[in-house]
Amino acid sequence: MTRVIPFQRFLDEQRDVVWRFAVATVGRQEADDVFQETFLAAMSAFPRLRRDSNHRAWVLTIAHRKSLDHFRARKRRPDLPGDLPEQPHHDPELGDDPMWQHVRALPDKQRAAIALRFAADLDYAAIGKATGTSADAARKNVHEAMKTLRKELQPV
Amino acid sequence: MKTLTPPSASGAAEAAARFAATAPADVVYAEIETPVGTLLAARTERGLARLAYEDYNGGLEQVLDALAERLSPRILERPAKLDDVRRELDEYFAGKRHDFDVPVDFSAVRGEFAKRLLQACARIPFGEVSSYRAMATAAGSPQAVRAAGNALGANPIPIVVPCHRVLRTGGALGGYAGGLERKQQLLRLEGIVS
Repeated sequence: MTRVIPFQRFLDEQRDVVWRFAVATVGRQEADDVFQETFLAAMSAFPRLRRDSNHRAWVLTIAHRKSLDHFRARKRRPDLPGDLPEQPHHDPELGDDPMWQHVRALPDKQRAAIALRFAADLDYAAIGKATGTSADAARKNVHEAMKTLRKELQPV
Repeated sequence: MKTLTPPSASGAAEAAARFAATAPADVVYAEIETPVGTLLAARTERGLARLAYEDYNGGLEQVLDALAERLSPRILERPAKLDDVRRELDEYFAGKRHDFDVPVDFSAVRGEFAKRLLQACARIPFGEVSSYRAMATAAGSPQAVRAAGNALGANPIPIVVPCHRVLRTGGALGGYAGGLERKQQLLRLEGIVS
């Protein structure tokens, strides 16, 4: 058993989860930017990754940072609607849960926590690690996010 | 509402393909179909570092594991980068090419003796044969006949580095990194055996 694995195998194994997370946080239109930047960063750090570590949690930690960068850059662009949810006709969702559009309008911590939980299927301990907080804080962020989303769902 | 359904993964395969086609890798590889079976061809920026028979060395995944360990784990599948290797192999098997022009990279080979031996082997011309003893001598250790056999058996770039042209003194086939049947097939192609 070797200590490292070929990057192509890592890419094949993690591409779906990173893609789902990217779509969940920034939308299908711009998911590719986050996806490419995530794997580029993973590639340069890759020789330090061990075969027996949690590859999914590792790559999602990177994807989380890239997604945050993306939101920060977007806020700096005055011609774009900042953190408002994208309009459906700009963002064909291919049958995705329409709730994700509302997730994109949540505060950074809540958006990250809920996407890591439900788009990437990480547990709270891993979400805490990926976002630099605790499992409890991660659980609370998901809870708060769900509360907000439920309000959005209620008919006006 | 207890959970959200994950977005569809549709688009992920295309995104991964775009990444593999362009990202800076240390090793790129492709599978190549030939009359002696599917080969895994891998190259570094220095040249062709590996040509592996799919049914030897534990299979293609293990070949990639070994490359990750010996060269670099930054490995991506990028068939376009192996086009020249594929073309030269096609020409060789069609009888239209006697010498390979693709540069080779021996950096995955362990040991100076093995490196010298494979370099000497690479100089055996198409259609000619040598012996394990002659190879050991060419590598500077005339006594190391058995070690020469082992090093040739571990040749990471068969066909292009033509270890199939090395026979036992007296003409017996000896061994081969892809099985004796393939050695015979290559020798037949070159008109060495009928």
